[in-house]
Amino acid sequence: MSPELVIEKCMRCGACSGACPVNAIFLEEHSPKVSDECTECGLCVKVCPVGAFRPGGA
Amino acid sequence: MSDTLEYDVLVIGGGPAGSTAGRFSARNGARTLVIEKRQEIGSPVRCGEGISLSWLDELDIKDVGPWVSRYMNGARIYSPSGYVLEIVEEYAGDEVGCVIERDLFDKDMARRAAMEGADFMVKTAATGLLWKDGCVVGARVKQLGREFDIKAKIIIGADGFESQVGRWAGIYTAIPPKDIMTCFQYRMTGIDVDPDYTHFFMGSGAPGGYAWIFPKDERTANVGLGVQFSRLDGSVTPKDYLDRFIAGHEGLKNGEAIDMVAGAVSVAHPPERSVADGIMLVGDASRVVDPITGGGIINGMKQARMAGELAAEAVDQGRSDHEYLKRYEKRWRERFENKLWRNYMAKEKAMQLDDVMYDKIVDALSELDLRKVRVETILEGVRRKYPELIKEFEDMM
Repeated sequence: MSPELVIEKCMRCGACSGACPVNAIFLEEHSPKVSDECTECGLCVKVCPVGAFRPGGA
Repeated sequence: MSDTLEYDVLVIGGGPAGSTAGRFSARNGARTLVIEKRQEIGSPVRCGEGISLSWLDELDIKDVGPWVSRYMNGARIYSPSGYVLEIVEEYAGDEVGCVIERDLFDKDMARRAAMEGADFMVKTAATGLLWKDGCVVGARVKQLGREFDIKAKIIIGADGFESQVGRWAGIYTAIPPKDIMTCFQYRMTGIDVDPDYTHFFMGSGAPGGYAWIFPKDERTANVGLGVQFSRLDGSVTPKDYLDRFIAGHEGLKNGEAIDMVAGAVSVAHPPERSVADGIMLVGDASRVVDPITGGGIINGMKQARMAGELAAEAVDQGRSDHEYLKRYEKRWRERFENKLWRNYMAKEKAMQLDDVMYDKIVDALSELDLRKVRVETILEGVRRKYPELIKEFEDMM
Protein backbone atom coordinates (compact mmCIF):
# COMPACT_ATOMS: atom_id res chain seq x y z
CA MET A 1 0.00 0.00 0.00
CA SER A 2 1.09 3.58 -0.61
CA PRO A 3 2.12 5.61 2.43
CA GLU A 4 -0.62 7.47 4.20
CA LEU A 5 -0.23 11.17 4.92
CA VAL A 6 -1.15 12.40 8.39
CA ILE A 7 -2.46 15.73 7.21
CA GLU A 8 -2.30 17.41 10.62
CA LYS A 9 1.49 16.97 10.67
CA CYS A 10 2.17 17.99 7.06
CA MET A 11 3.95 21.32 6.60
CA ARG A 12 3.61 21.27 2.80
CA CYS A 13 7.36 21.71 2.38
CA GLY A 14 7.74 19.52 -0.70
CA ALA A 15 10.55 17.32 0.66
CA CYS A 16 8.60 14.14 -0.22
CA SER A 17 7.79 15.42 -3.69
CA GLY A 18 11.41 16.25 -4.46
CA ALA A 19 12.73 12.97 -3.06
CA CYS A 20 10.23 10.67 -4.77
CA PRO A 21 12.22 8.71 -7.37
CA VAL A 22 9.23 8.10 -9.63
CA ASN A 23 7.58 11.54 -9.39
CA ALA A 24 4.49 10.07 -7.78
CA ILE A 25 3.97 12.89 -5.25
CA PHE A 26 2.59 16.19 -6.40
CA LEU A 27 2.28 19.07 -3.95
CA GLU A 28 -1.23 20.31 -4.48
CA GLU A 29 -2.61 23.44 -2.94
CA HIS A 30 -3.37 21.92 0.44
CA SER A 31 -1.25 18.79 0.73
CA PRO A 32 0.90 16.30 -1.17
CA LYS A 33 -1.02 13.76 -3.23
CA VAL A 34 0.44 10.31 -3.82
CA SER A 35 -0.50 8.97 -7.25
CA ASP A 36 -0.95 5.43 -8.53
CA GLU A 37 2.63 5.48 -9.79
CA CYS A 38 3.85 4.99 -6.19
CA THR A 39 6.21 2.01 -5.97
CA GLU A 40 6.01 1.87 -2.16
CA CYS A 41 9.74 2.48 -1.82
CA GLY A 42 9.25 4.39 1.44
CA LEU A 43 11.61 7.27 0.69
CA CYS A 44 8.89 9.84 1.40
CA VAL A 45 8.31 8.31 4.82
CA LYS A 46 11.97 8.78 5.73
CA VAL A 47 12.60 12.14 4.07
CA CYS A 48 9.71 13.93 5.78
CA PRO A 49 11.24 16.38 8.28
CA VAL A 50 8.32 15.91 10.67
CA GLY A 51 7.36 12.26 10.12
CA ALA A 52 4.01 13.00 8.50
CA PHE A 53 3.80 9.79 6.44
CA ARG A 54 2.74 6.45 7.85
CA PRO A 55 4.35 3.62 5.89
CA GLY A 56 1.97 1.53 3.84
CA GLY A 57 -1.03 3.01 5.58
CA ALA A 58 -0.24 0.82 8.60
CA MET B 1 -12.57 34.81 -22.48
CA SER B 2 -9.96 32.94 -24.42
CA ASP B 3 -8.54 29.89 -22.72
CA THR B 4 -4.99 30.52 -23.93
CA LEU B 5 -2.51 33.24 -23.06
CA GLU B 6 0.60 33.90 -25.14
CA TYR B 7 3.95 35.27 -24.03
CA ASP B 8 7.50 35.26 -25.34
CA VAL B 9 8.88 33.85 -22.09
CA LEU B 10 7.06 31.94 -19.34
CA VAL B 11 8.83 31.54 -16.00
CA ILE B 12 7.39 28.84 -13.72
CA GLY B 13 8.12 29.72 -10.08
CA GLY B 14 8.29 33.12 -8.40
CA GLY B 15 11.23 32.64 -6.02
CA PRO B 16 14.44 34.67 -6.31
CA ALA B 17 15.65 32.73 -9.37
CA GLY B 18 12.29 32.93 -11.14
CA SER B 19 11.86 36.64 -10.53
CA THR B 20 15.44 37.31 -11.60
CA ALA B 21 15.01 35.31 -14.81
CA GLY B 22 11.84 37.30 -15.44
CA ARG B 23 13.58 40.56 -14.70
CA PHE B 24 16.38 40.06 -17.20
CA SER B 25 14.13 38.56 -19.82
CA ALA B 26 11.80 41.57 -19.62
CA ARG B 27 14.73 44.01 -19.51
CA ASN B 28 15.92 42.60 -22.81
CA GLY B 29 12.62 43.14 -24.53
CA ALA B 30 10.78 39.82 -24.19
CA ARG B 31 7.12 39.78 -23.15
CA THR B 32 7.50 37.86 -19.91
CA LEU B 33 5.15 36.19 -17.43
CA VAL B 34 6.16 34.73 -14.06
CA ILE B 35 3.69 32.33 -12.45
CA GLU B 36 3.77 31.31 -8.78
CA LYS B 37 1.66 28.48 -7.38
CA ARG B 38 1.43 29.96 -3.91
CA GLN B 39 -0.94 32.78 -3.13
CA GLU B 40 1.83 35.02 -1.86
CA ILE B 41 5.33 35.43 -3.23
CA GLY B 42 7.93 34.70 -0.55
CA SER B 43 5.57 33.04 1.89
CA PRO B 44 5.74 30.73 3.70
CA VAL B 45 9.51 31.07 4.15
CA ARG B 46 11.51 27.88 3.60
CA CYS B 47 15.04 29.06 4.26
CA GLY B 48 17.68 29.57 6.95
CA GLU B 49 18.03 33.14 5.65
CA GLY B 50 21.81 33.47 6.03
CA ILE B 51 23.49 34.95 2.94
CA SER B 52 26.49 37.01 1.84
CA LEU B 53 26.04 40.16 -0.18
CA SER B 54 28.88 39.46 -2.61
CA TRP B 55 26.55 39.08 -5.58
CA LEU B 56 24.76 42.44 -5.72
CA ASP B 57 26.85 43.89 -8.57
CA GLU B 58 26.54 40.78 -10.69
CA LEU B 59 22.77 41.03 -10.40
CA ASP B 60 22.78 44.80 -10.98
CA ILE B 61 21.22 45.56 -7.60
CA LYS B 62 22.34 48.92 -6.26
CA ASP B 63 20.36 49.13 -3.05
CA VAL B 64 19.70 46.27 -0.66
CA GLY B 65 16.03 47.00 -0.04
CA PRO B 66 14.07 46.38 3.15
CA TRP B 67 15.05 42.75 3.55
CA VAL B 68 18.30 42.88 5.55
CA SER B 69 17.38 41.67 8.99
CA ARG B 70 20.83 41.92 10.61
CA TYR B 71 24.45 42.25 9.46
CA MET B 72 26.89 39.70 10.89
CA ASN B 73 30.44 40.25 12.16
CA GLY B 74 31.42 36.69 11.29
CA ALA B 75 30.75 33.02 11.77
CA ARG B 76 31.54 30.54 14.53
CA ILE B 77 31.92 26.84 13.88
CA TYR B 78 31.55 24.51 16.87
CA SER B 79 32.93 20.97 17.10
CA PRO B 80 31.01 18.30 19.06
CA SER B 81 33.16 18.80 22.19
CA GLY B 82 32.88 22.55 22.03
CA TYR B 83 36.02 23.71 20.19
CA VAL B 84 35.18 26.94 18.42
CA LEU B 85 36.50 28.27 15.16
CA GLU B 86 35.80 31.95 14.66
CA ILE B 87 35.81 33.29 11.12
CA VAL B 88 35.71 37.05 10.86
CA GLU B 89 34.25 38.40 7.67
CA GLU B 90 36.23 41.14 6.04
CA TYR B 91 34.30 44.33 6.07
CA ALA B 92 36.17 45.60 3.06
CA GLY B 93 34.21 45.31 -0.14
CA ASP B 94 30.96 43.45 -0.29
CA GLU B 95 31.74 40.19 1.45
CA VAL B 96 29.63 41.07 4.47
CA GLY B 97 27.31 38.31 5.59
CA CYS B 98 23.83 39.03 6.80
CA VAL B 99 20.58 37.39 7.80
CA ILE B 100 17.62 38.37 5.69
CA GLU B 101 13.83 38.31 5.72
CA ARG B 102 13.19 35.91 2.85
CA ASP B 103 9.56 36.90 2.38
CA LEU B 104 10.55 40.54 1.91
CA PHE B 105 13.55 39.50 -0.20
CA ASP B 106 11.45 37.46 -2.62
CA LYS B 107 8.89 40.24 -2.91
CA ASP B 108 11.66 42.75 -3.59
CA MET B 109 13.07 40.55 -6.37
CA ALA B 110 9.56 40.28 -7.84
CA ARG B 111 9.15 44.05 -7.59
CA ARG B 112 12.39 44.57 -9.51
CA ALA B 113 11.16 42.21 -12.24
CA ALA B 114 7.80 43.95 -12.43
CA MET B 115 9.51 47.35 -12.67
CA GLU B 116 11.30 46.10 -15.78
CA GLY B 117 8.06 44.96 -17.34
CA ALA B 118 7.53 41.34 -16.27
CA ASP B 119 3.93 40.26 -15.58
CA PHE B 120 3.10 38.12 -12.54
CA MET B 121 0.29 35.69 -11.70
CA VAL B 122 0.07 34.20 -8.21
CA LYS B 123 -1.93 31.19 -7.04
CA THR B 124 -1.27 29.84 -10.50
CA ALA B 125 0.19 26.32 -10.58
CA ALA B 126 1.57 24.56 -13.63
CA THR B 127 -0.04 21.14 -13.97
CA GLY B 128 1.83 20.00 -17.08
CA LEU B 129 3.81 21.17 -20.09
CA LEU B 130 2.57 21.82 -23.62
CA TRP B 131 4.57 20.16 -26.39
CA LYS B 132 4.89 20.56 -30.13
CA ASP B 133 7.22 18.37 -32.20
CA GLY B 134 9.27 17.43 -29.13
CA CYS B 135 9.70 21.03 -28.02
CA VAL B 136 8.17 22.56 -24.89
CA VAL B 137 5.87 25.37 -26.01
CA GLY B 138 4.02 26.32 -22.84
CA ALA B 139 2.32 25.06 -19.73
CA ARG B 140 -1.12 23.99 -18.64
CA VAL B 141 -1.96 25.93 -15.50
CA LYS B 142 -4.61 25.98 -12.81
CA GLN B 143 -5.61 29.24 -11.19
CA LEU B 144 -8.38 29.48 -8.60
CA GLY B 145 -10.00 26.34 -9.94
CA ARG B 146 -9.83 27.41 -13.60
CA GLU B 147 -7.55 25.57 -16.01
CA PHE B 148 -6.03 27.15 -19.09
CA ASP B 149 -2.95 27.07 -21.33
CA ILE B 150 -0.10 29.57 -21.44
CA LYS B 151 1.94 29.38 -24.61
CA ALA B 152 5.46 30.77 -24.80
CA LYS B 153 8.48 30.63 -27.08
CA ILE B 154 10.80 29.89 -24.15
CA ILE B 155 9.92 28.29 -20.80
CA ILE B 156 12.12 28.78 -17.72
CA GLY B 157 11.62 26.24 -14.93
CA ALA B 158 12.30 27.86 -11.54
CA ASP B 159 10.16 25.61 -9.39
CA GLY B 160 12.65 24.74 -6.71
CA PHE B 161 13.83 21.55 -5.03
CA GLU B 162 10.70 19.61 -5.83
CA SER B 163 10.82 20.73 -9.48
CA GLN B 164 8.09 19.08 -11.48
CA VAL B 165 8.99 21.05 -14.58
CA GLY B 166 12.46 19.49 -14.86
CA ARG B 167 10.96 16.03 -14.59
CA TRP B 168 8.11 16.71 -17.01
CA ALA B 169 10.68 17.99 -19.51
CA GLY B 170 12.73 14.81 -19.07
CA ILE B 171 15.79 16.80 -18.02
CA TYR B 172 16.56 14.96 -14.85
CA THR B 173 16.12 11.92 -12.73
CA ALA B 174 15.87 11.29 -9.01
CA ILE B 175 18.38 12.81 -6.58
CA PRO B 176 20.38 10.11 -4.73
CA PRO B 177 19.22 9.97 -1.08
CA LYS B 178 22.77 10.62 0.11
CA ASP B 179 22.63 13.98 -1.67
CA ILE B 180 19.42 15.18 -0.03
CA MET B 181 19.55 17.11 3.23
CA THR B 182 16.27 17.13 5.07
CA CYS B 183 15.85 20.11 7.34
CA PHE B 184 13.78 21.53 10.14
CA GLN B 185 13.96 24.98 11.68
CA TYR B 186 12.28 27.11 14.31
CA ARG B 187 12.35 30.85 14.52
CA MET B 188 13.06 31.21 18.21
CA THR B 189 12.79 34.25 20.42
CA GLY B 190 13.80 34.89 24.02
CA ILE B 191 17.13 33.17 23.37
CA ASP B 192 20.61 34.09 24.56
CA VAL B 193 23.27 33.69 21.85
CA ASP B 194 25.81 36.13 20.38
CA PRO B 195 23.56 37.99 17.93
CA ASP B 196 26.40 39.27 15.74
CA TYR B 197 27.62 35.89 14.52
CA THR B 198 26.15 33.02 12.57
CA HIS B 199 26.72 29.76 14.48
CA PHE B 200 27.33 26.34 12.92
CA PHE B 201 27.40 23.07 14.92
CA MET B 202 29.09 20.04 13.38
CA GLY B 203 28.96 16.38 14.35
CA SER B 204 26.63 13.52 15.15
CA GLY B 205 23.92 15.78 16.57
CA ALA B 206 23.05 16.43 12.92
CA PRO B 207 24.29 13.31 11.05
CA GLY B 208 25.83 14.25 7.70
CA GLY B 209 24.72 17.86 8.08
CA TYR B 210 24.92 20.61 10.64
CA ALA B 211 22.82 22.67 13.03
CA TRP B 212 22.69 26.45 12.68
CA ILE B 213 21.73 29.58 14.59
CA PHE B 214 21.23 32.64 12.37
CA PRO B 215 20.35 35.70 14.48
CA LYS B 216 17.57 38.03 13.40
CA ASP B 217 17.81 40.42 16.34
CA GLU B 218 19.35 40.50 19.84
CA ARG B 219 17.06 37.79 21.20
CA THR B 220 15.68 36.09 18.06
CA ALA B 221 17.22 33.68 15.58
CA ASN B 222 16.51 30.98 13.04
CA VAL B 223 17.55 27.77 14.76
CA GLY B 224 17.65 24.82 12.40
CA LEU B 225 19.29 21.60 11.42
CA GLY B 226 19.82 19.48 8.34
CA VAL B 227 20.38 15.71 8.30
CA GLN B 228 21.64 13.60 5.43
CA PHE B 229 18.58 11.78 4.17
CA SER B 230 20.33 8.42 3.80
CA ARG B 231 21.11 8.45 7.53
CA LEU B 232 17.46 8.69 8.54
CA ASP B 233 15.69 5.43 9.27
CA GLY B 234 12.21 6.83 9.79
CA SER B 235 12.29 6.52 13.59
CA VAL B 236 14.03 9.84 14.40
CA THR B 237 13.03 12.87 12.32
CA PRO B 238 15.04 16.05 11.72
CA LYS B 239 12.57 17.76 14.04
CA ASP B 240 13.52 15.26 16.78
CA TYR B 241 17.23 15.98 16.20
CA LEU B 242 16.57 19.71 16.42
CA ASP B 243 14.53 19.38 19.60
CA ARG B 244 17.44 17.47 21.17
CA PHE B 245 19.93 20.09 20.02
CA ILE B 246 17.87 22.90 21.55
CA ALA B 247 17.33 21.03 24.82
CA GLY B 248 21.11 20.64 25.13
CA HIS B 249 21.98 24.27 24.36
CA GLU B 250 22.09 26.64 27.33
CA GLY B 251 21.25 29.73 25.30
CA LEU B 252 18.34 28.15 23.46
CA LYS B 253 16.55 25.84 25.85
CA ASN B 254 14.51 28.59 27.49
CA GLY B 255 13.54 30.23 24.19
CA GLU B 256 10.18 30.04 22.47
CA ALA B 257 9.54 28.83 18.92
CA ILE B 258 7.35 31.30 17.04
CA ASP B 259 7.60 29.72 13.60
CA MET B 260 8.30 26.28 12.13
CA VAL B 261 9.94 25.63 8.78
CA ALA B 262 10.49 22.27 7.10
CA GLY B 263 12.13 21.45 3.82
CA ALA B 264 14.72 19.57 1.87
CA VAL B 265 17.79 20.72 -0.03
CA SER B 266 19.72 18.99 -2.78
CA VAL B 267 23.45 18.87 -2.15
CA ALA B 268 24.05 16.88 -5.31
CA HIS B 269 26.85 17.57 -7.78
CA PRO B 270 26.09 19.94 -10.67
CA PRO B 271 23.49 18.52 -13.09
CA GLU B 272 24.38 16.85 -16.37
CA ARG B 273 21.80 18.93 -18.19
CA SER B 274 19.84 22.10 -17.53
CA VAL B 275 18.20 22.66 -20.93
CA ALA B 276 16.01 20.85 -23.44
CA ASP B 277 14.14 22.04 -26.52
CA GLY B 278 12.16 25.11 -25.50
CA ILE B 279 13.13 25.04 -21.84
CA MET B 280 15.85 26.05 -19.36
CA LEU B 281 16.02 25.26 -15.64
CA VAL B 282 17.34 27.72 -13.05
CA GLY B 283 18.00 27.77 -9.32
CA ASP B 284 17.25 24.84 -7.02
CA ALA B 285 15.35 23.25 -9.93
CA SER B 286 18.70 22.89 -11.72
CA ARG B 287 20.48 21.77 -8.54
CA VAL B 288 23.16 24.41 -8.23
CA VAL B 289 22.91 24.65 -4.44
CA ASP B 290 26.35 24.89 -2.81
CA PRO B 291 26.89 21.35 -1.48
CA ILE B 292 28.85 22.54 1.55
CA THR B 293 26.57 25.25 2.88
CA GLY B 294 23.25 24.25 1.35
CA GLY B 295 22.89 27.85 0.15
CA GLY B 296 21.11 28.16 -3.20
CA ILE B 297 19.97 31.74 -3.66
CA ILE B 298 23.14 33.28 -5.04
CA ASN B 299 24.01 30.64 -7.64
CA GLY B 300 20.36 30.45 -8.60
CA MET B 301 20.07 34.18 -9.21
CA LYS B 302 23.34 34.35 -11.17
CA GLN B 303 22.07 31.53 -13.35
CA ALA B 304 18.69 33.19 -13.68
CA ARG B 305 20.20 36.36 -15.09
CA MET B 306 22.00 34.30 -17.75
CA ALA B 307 18.82 32.35 -18.56
CA GLY B 308 16.65 35.49 -18.73
CA GLU B 309 19.08 37.25 -21.04
CA LEU B 310 19.46 34.23 -23.29
CA ALA B 311 15.68 33.72 -23.39
CA ALA B 312 15.22 37.24 -24.73
CA GLU B 313 18.01 36.66 -27.29
CA ALA B 314 16.44 33.36 -28.33
CA VAL B 315 13.08 35.06 -28.89
CA ASP B 316 14.80 37.71 -31.04
CA GLN B 317 16.57 35.05 -33.06
CA GLY B 318 13.49 32.85 -33.38
CA ARG B 319 15.37 29.96 -31.76
CA SER B 320 14.20 27.59 -29.03
CA ASP B 321 16.20 24.45 -29.83
CA HIS B 322 18.37 22.97 -27.11
CA GLU B 323 21.55 23.61 -29.13
CA TYR B 324 20.87 27.34 -28.88
CA LEU B 325 19.79 27.18 -25.23
CA LYS B 326 23.00 25.33 -24.37
CA ARG B 327 24.68 28.74 -24.51
CA TYR B 328 23.01 29.36 -21.16
CA GLU B 329 24.37 26.11 -19.80
CA LYS B 330 27.87 26.92 -21.05
CA ARG B 331 27.76 30.34 -19.38
CA TRP B 332 26.75 29.16 -15.93
CA ARG B 333 29.18 26.23 -16.04
CA GLU B 334 32.03 28.59 -16.87
CA ARG B 335 30.94 30.88 -14.07
CA PHE B 336 30.75 28.42 -11.15
CA GLU B 337 30.69 24.73 -12.05
CA ASN B 338 34.27 24.08 -10.86
CA LYS B 339 33.52 25.53 -7.46
CA LEU B 340 30.37 23.40 -7.15
CA TRP B 341 32.34 20.25 -7.94
CA ARG B 342 35.11 21.14 -5.50
CA ASN B 343 32.61 21.82 -2.72
CA TYR B 344 30.74 18.63 -3.57
CA MET B 345 33.96 16.65 -3.15
CA ALA B 346 34.73 18.44 0.11
CA LYS B 347 31.22 17.67 1.35
CA GLU B 348 31.58 14.00 0.47
CA LYS B 349 34.71 13.94 2.62
CA ALA B 350 33.27 16.00 5.47
CA MET B 351 30.33 13.61 5.73
CA GLN B 352 32.71 10.78 6.57
CA LEU B 353 34.26 12.58 9.55
CA ASP B 354 33.36 11.40 13.02
CA ASP B 355 33.02 13.57 16.12
CA VAL B 356 36.64 12.98 17.18
CA MET B 357 37.92 14.17 13.82
CA TYR B 358 35.66 17.24 13.87
CA ASP B 359 37.12 18.09 17.29
CA LYS B 360 40.66 17.73 15.95
CA ILE B 361 40.03 19.80 12.85
CA VAL B 362 38.19 22.64 14.57
CA ASP B 363 40.87 22.71 17.27
CA ALA B 364 43.60 22.91 14.62
CA LEU B 365 41.84 25.62 12.67
CA SER B 366 40.99 27.75 15.69
CA GLU B 367 44.70 28.55 16.05
CA LEU B 368 44.64 30.27 12.69
CA ASP B 369 43.52 33.76 11.82
CA LEU B 370 40.78 33.13 9.33
CA ARG B 371 39.39 36.21 7.71
CA LYS B 372 37.19 34.63 5.12
CA VAL B 373 34.70 31.82 5.00
CA ARG B 374 36.43 30.01 2.19
CA VAL B 375 36.83 26.31 1.63
CA GLU B 376 40.41 26.93 0.40
CA THR B 377 41.37 28.64 3.65
CA ILE B 378 39.92 25.87 5.75
CA LEU B 379 41.71 23.20 3.70
CA GLU B 380 44.97 25.11 4.06
CA GLY B 381 44.49 25.14 7.82
CA VAL B 382 43.85 21.41 7.92
CA ARG B 383 46.88 20.85 5.68
CA ARG B 384 49.20 22.39 8.26
CA LYS B 385 48.04 20.21 11.13
CA TYR B 386 46.78 17.04 9.46
CA PRO B 387 48.55 16.69 6.13
CA GLU B 388 47.43 13.07 5.80
CA LEU B 389 43.79 14.13 5.89
CA ILE B 390 44.17 16.79 3.25
CA LYS B 391 45.93 14.28 1.02
CA GLU B 392 42.68 12.34 0.79
CA PHE B 393 40.81 15.51 -0.17
CA GLU B 394 43.32 16.26 -2.88
CA ASP B 395 43.05 12.77 -4.29
CA MET B 396 39.33 13.25 -4.66
CA MET B 397 39.76 16.55 -6.42
